[in-house]
Amino acid sequence: MLNVVWLIPALPLAGFAIILVFGRRLGDPKAGYLATLMCGGAFVVAVGAFFDLLSKSADQRQHIVKVFAWVPVGSLKVDLAFLADPLSITMCLFVTGIGTLIHLYSIGYMHGDPRFSKFFLYLNLFAVSMLVLVLGENMLVTFLGWEGVGTCSYLLISFWHERESAATAGKKAFVTNRVGDWGFMLAMFFAFQATGTLSWVGVNSAAHTMAQTTATAIALFAFIGARGKSAQLPLYLWLPDAMEGPTPVSALIHAATMVTAGVFLMCRISPVLNVASSYAPTLIAIVGAATALFAATIAVAQNDMKRVLAYSTISQLGYMFLAVGSGAYTAAIFHMVTHAFFKALLFLGSGAVIHGMHNEQDMRRMGALRKVMPITAATFIVGWLAIAGVPPFAGFWSKDDILLAAYDKSPVLWAVGLVTALLTAYYMTRQVIMVFYGKARWHDHHEEQGAHGDFEPHESPAIMLLPLVVLAGLSIVGGAINLPFSHTTERLATWLEPVLGTHDSTTAKIPLAVIATAIALIGISASIMVYAKHKRAPIEPEVLAQGWYYDAAVSKFMGGPGREAFEGVAWYDANVIDGAVNGVGRLVRGTGQRIRTVQSGNVRNYAAAIGVGVVLLLAWFVVVRGNL
Amino acid sequence: MIAADPTLIGPSVNWFALSPLLVLLGAALVLLVVGALAPRWPRHLYALFAAATGLATMILCFFLWHDISAHGITTLVGGTLRFDDFSLFVTITISASIVLVAFVTDDYLRREDLEGPEVYALYLLAAIGGVVMGSANDLIVLFLGLEILSISMYVMAASHRKRIESQEAGIKYFILGGFSSAFFLYGIALVYGTAGSTNFTEIVSSFNTTVPAVRHDAFILAGVGMLLVGLGFKVAAVPFHFWAPDVYEGAPTPVTSFMASVGKVAAFAAMLRVLLFALPHWRDDYRPIIWVLAVLTVVVGSVMAVVQTNVKRMLAFSSISHAGFILIGVEAAAHRAGQPEGGDGASSALLYVLLYSVLVIGTFSVVAMVGRTGDSATDLASFRGLAKSHPLIASAMTVLLLAQAGVPLTSGFVAKFGVIQAAVEEHSYAIAIIAMVASVIAAFLYLRIMVSMWVSEPEAGDDAREAVRVPLWTGIALSLSVGFTLFVGFFPGWLIDAAKAATVTRPTRP
Repeated sequence: MLNVVWLIPALPLAGFAIILVFGRRLGDPKAGYLATLMCGGAFVVAVGAFFDLLSKSADQRQHIVKVFAWVPVGSLKVDLAFLADPLSITMCLFVTGIGTLIHLYSIGYMHGDPRFSKFFLYLNLFAVSMLVLVLGENMLVTFLGWEGVGTCSYLLISFWHERESAATAGKKAFVTNRVGDWGFMLAMFFAFQATGTLSWVGVNSAAHTMAQTTATAIALFAFIGARGKSAQLPLYLWLPDAMEGPTPVSALIHAATMVTAGVFLMCRISPVLNVASSYAPTLIAIVGAATALFAATIAVAQNDMKRVLAYSTISQLGYMFLAVGSGAYTAAIFHMVTHAFFKALLFLGSGAVIHGMHNEQDMRRMGALRKVMPITAATFIVGWLAIAGVPPFAGFWSKDDILLAAYDKSPVLWAVGLVTALLTAYYMTRQVIMVFYGKARWHDHHEEQGAHGDFEPHESPAIMLLPLVVLAGLSIVGGAINLPFSHTTERLATWLEPVLGTHDSTTAKIPLAVIATAIALIGISASIMVYAKHKRAPIEPEVLAQGWYYDAAVSKFMGGPGREAFEGVAWYDANVIDGAVNGVGRLVRGTGQRIRTVQSGNVRNYAAAIGVGVVLLLAWFVVVRGNL
Repeated sequence: MIAADPTLIGPSVNWFALSPLLVLLGAALVLLVVGALAPRWPRHLYALFAAATGLATMILCFFLWHDISAHGITTLVGGTLRFDDFSLFVTITISASIVLVAFVTDDYLRREDLEGPEVYALYLLAAIGGVVMGSANDLIVLFLGLEILSISMYVMAASHRKRIESQEAGIKYFILGGFSSAFFLYGIALVYGTAGSTNFTEIVSSFNTTVPAVRHDAFILAGVGMLLVGLGFKVAAVPFHFWAPDVYEGAPTPVTSFMASVGKVAAFAAMLRVLLFALPHWRDDYRPIIWVLAVLTVVVGSVMAVVQTNVKRMLAFSSISHAGFILIGVEAAAHRAGQPEGGDGASSALLYVLLYSVLVIGTFSVVAMVGRTGDSATDLASFRGLAKSHPLIASAMTVLLLAQAGVPLTSGFVAKFGVIQAAVEEHSYAIAIIAMVASVIAAFLYLRIMVSMWVSEPEAGDDAREAVRVPLWTGIALSLSVGFTLFVGFFPGWLIDAAKAATVTRPTRP
C-alpha cells in the first residue's frame, strides 16, 4: 500500500470533484454517503500503509512517493511528493478515521439543510488539504495543505453566512491564519537558505550542521505559524468564534484535526528544534502552559455549550505545546490522538444535544437531558471522564505523559499543568451537570417564550449515535496505544522513535500519576459540590466569562485606535493627496475649471512629494556616499 | 579618391533580430494610415489586427530565442540595442499582454461606443517603446524608448472622450511624467559627463579604469540618483507613486490594465538594464536606496490598498505593492550586479512582471465588465452579488485575486516565492520579513473583494442596476489569463527556467 499512499488524499479529492460536478443531482443524503465513502476509503489505504510500514525494520520506515516534479529547476527542486513515515501515517490514521465518523454523523446533522451537498464538498476538500499537510514530503507541499485547511476552515465557519456573526468569525479566522502562514513561509525560506532543500528529510538530516541562530530562527518562525493554526496565545481569538460553524465542523476542524497542525509542524521539525538555542523550546513550553491555564480559566465561566469546549480545546492544545517545549514530542502526539478521540466525541455529543434541543446552545436552559438522550449522555460522560484525566480513560495516560515531561523541564510548568488539570476537571463536570443532570430547565424557558408547546428534546437518529459510540469506545481504551508500564507497552513511542527520537525521564512516574489523579478527583468533587449539591455559590466572575476582556480589548483597539490609524491613512489619502480632485473636483463641473483645480492643487502636491523624494535620494548619494 | 572610397559605412543591420520591432512598427503604421485614410473597417478587425501583431511578434521571438541559444548574444544597430534572452523575454511578455489587452479593449470600445483604431496603434507604439527599453544598450536609446512608451500612455489614458476623469488622468500623468523624465535626462547627462559615453558597454569599460578616482565623485553619484528617480517614477515606487492611483482610476479600464502590465514590464526591464548593465560599479551606493524604496512600496501599497473603497484604486495600490515585491527581486539582483554569477534576483523580478502582467489583465478585464456602461461602477458595492448572477466570472476573479495574494498552486505564489527566496539567498532577511507582513495586510484587500462578490447580501436597488454583460472576447481573455495562472501554479518549472536563461551571461557572438 505504500506506493499508493497518494490515494489517501486522492480519494477525498475525487469525492470533492464528483460532488462539485454532480452535487446538486446527488443531493441529500447521497452526496453525504459519497463523501463518507471516500474518506473511509482513505482510511482503509492509511491502515494498509500502516501495516506495510510496520512490517519493515524501524530504520526503514520511510517511503517517498513522487507524484510529479512541481518545480524542477536548478537549485530549487520541489516535487509534489508524499512522505509516508510513522509520524505522517499516525496523523493520517486519525484524520481519516475520525474524519469518516464525522462525515457519517454530518449526514444526520445536516439533513434538510438547503446547502447539504456544498457542506460535504467543503468537508472533503478539507480532508484533502489536511492529508496533504501531514503527508507532504517537503515544506512546500505541506504549506499547500496548510493554506488549504485555512481556506476550508474559513469556508466552513462562514457556512451559514446569512448570520452576521458567522461571516465576521470567518474573516477573523482568515486573518489570523494569514499571520500563521506568514510564520510558516519565513520558516520555509530560512530552512531553504540554510540547507538548500525544502524536503523535510533533507532539512531534518541537515539540522545538526545548522548554525544555532539559524535553527532558532526556523523554530521560532515555525512556532509563530503554529500559534496561528493551533490557537495559542495571543492568536487564539478566532477559535471560540469559529463555533459559529456547524457543529460537525467544530468537531473535525476546530477540535480534532486542523488545530493540531501546529503541533504536527513542531514535531515535524523536531530535529531543528533540538539544535535551536535552549530558550526557544522554553518559550514554547511557557506559551503552551500559559495558554492552557488561561483558556481553562475562561472555560469555567462560559454558558454556551460549544464555547466551553472551544476554550477547552485551546487549553488542551496548550498542553501539547507544553509537551513540545519540554522535548516530549511523543507525548504531544499521544495527547493529540487521545484528544482527537474525546474532543470529537464531546463536540459531536454537544451537537446531538443542540440538535435535540432545536438549536439551543445555552447550558442554563438545559438540564436533566440524560433521561431523554440516554446514549448521548452516556457517551458524553465517557468523554468527560477522559478529558478530566480519570484513569483508565484515554486522557489520563496522555496528560500524565505531558505532566511528567513538564516536571522534568521545570516544576513550575508542572504546577501550571496541574492547576489546569484541576480546572479542566472542574469545568467539564460543571458542563455535564448543567446539561445532563439537575432540573430540566428547558420547559420554563419555553413557556415563558410562548413558543410551540410540543417542544420536547429528543435523542438523535442512529446515524449520529453510531459515531458517538465508536468514539466513546476509543476514548475508553485509547490510552492502550502507549501505556507507560514498560518499553514494550509504550507502543506509540517505539513506533514514532525513528522520527521523533526518545525522551527519557528519570522522575518517578507513580507519585506524579497519583497526584494528577487526586487533582482530577478534587476538581470533579468541587464541581459537584457547587453545581449538583449547591453547597457553595458558583464562582463565575464576569471577567472570566468575558475571556479576561482580551477579545474586547483587541476589538476595541481594532475599532478604536487601530481603526483610527487606518482611517487616518485613508483621510490623508482622501484629503491631502486627493484633496483637490475628490473634494473640490466633484463639485466643480466643466473641463476648464477642472484642469485649473488640477493645476492649482493636486498635481502640485504630487510633484512636491516627488521633489521631497528627489532631495532625500540626492542627499544619500551626494552627501552620504559622495564627497560633497 | 572620393569615388574609390565608400563614403559612408552605415552600421550593419541584422534585420532578422530586429524583426519584432519592425513588425510592431509596421502594424502601428498600417493602423494609423488606415484609420486616417481608408474607409472604416468593422471595429473588431482592428482588435484582431493588433492581437495578431502581438501573436506574430511573440512567435518571432521564439525563433529568435532559438537563434540566440545556437549562436550567442550580440548587439544591434551600432551597439545601441542588445540582442539577448533578456530582451526577448521582455518582448514576449509585452506582446502577450498586447494580445490579451486587445481582446478586452474591443468589447470595451463597443460598449462605451468609442471609435477607432487609434488606441490599438497607441498600444503597438507603446509596445515598441517598451521593447526598446528592454533591449537598450545605450542610455539615450533607453530614454527614447521611455518617451515613446510614456507619450503613448498619456494619450491612451485620456482616450475616453466622454469621461472627464479620463482626460484628467491623461493630463496629470503627462505633467508628472514630464517632470520625472527631466530627472532621468539630467541623470543621463551627469553620467555622460563622467563616463564620456552613454553606451552601456563603454560606460562599464570607462568605469573599470576610472572608478578608483571617481569612487566618491558627487556628479556621477548624483547622476545615478537622478536615473533612479526617473525609473522609480515609471515603476510607481513610493514616494514617486502618487500619479498611479489617480491615473489607474481615471484611465479607461483596458488602458489601466495595459499600464499595469506593459508599463510595469518595460519600466522594470529598464531599471534592471540600467542598474545591472550600465552601473554595476555603483551597486553598493544604489542598493540601500532600492532597499528603502522596496520596503516603502510594499508597505504603503498594501496599507493604502486596504483602506480604499473603489476597486480600481484598490488594484492600483495593490499594483504598487506588487511593484515593491519586484523591487525586492531587483534589490537581490543588485547584490551581484556586474558579477558573472548573477544569482536569482534578476530572474525572479523578470518572472514576477510576466506573471503579474497576465494576472492583472485578467483582473482588470473583470473590472471592465463590472464597470458597466460609462466605466464608472467600480466601487466595491458594484461587485455585490456577482457570484449569484455570474458564478463563473466570480470564480475566475476569485482565482485571480487569490493568485495576487500569493496562494499556492497559482502563478502568484510562484512569483512571490521567487523574489523572497532570492532576497533570503542574499541574506536580506529584514526585507523578506517586512514584505511578508505587508502581504498579510494585503490579503485582507483581496478578501474584501471576494466577500463582496460571494457573501454580501443584496441591497435595495441592486436589481435596478444595469446587468453585467460578458462579451465573448473579454471572456476569452479572462479564461486565458485564469488558465495561465493555474497552469503556471501547477507547472512553474519551465517558466522559471526561461527567466533564469534570460538573465545568465551568455557568450557573445563571434
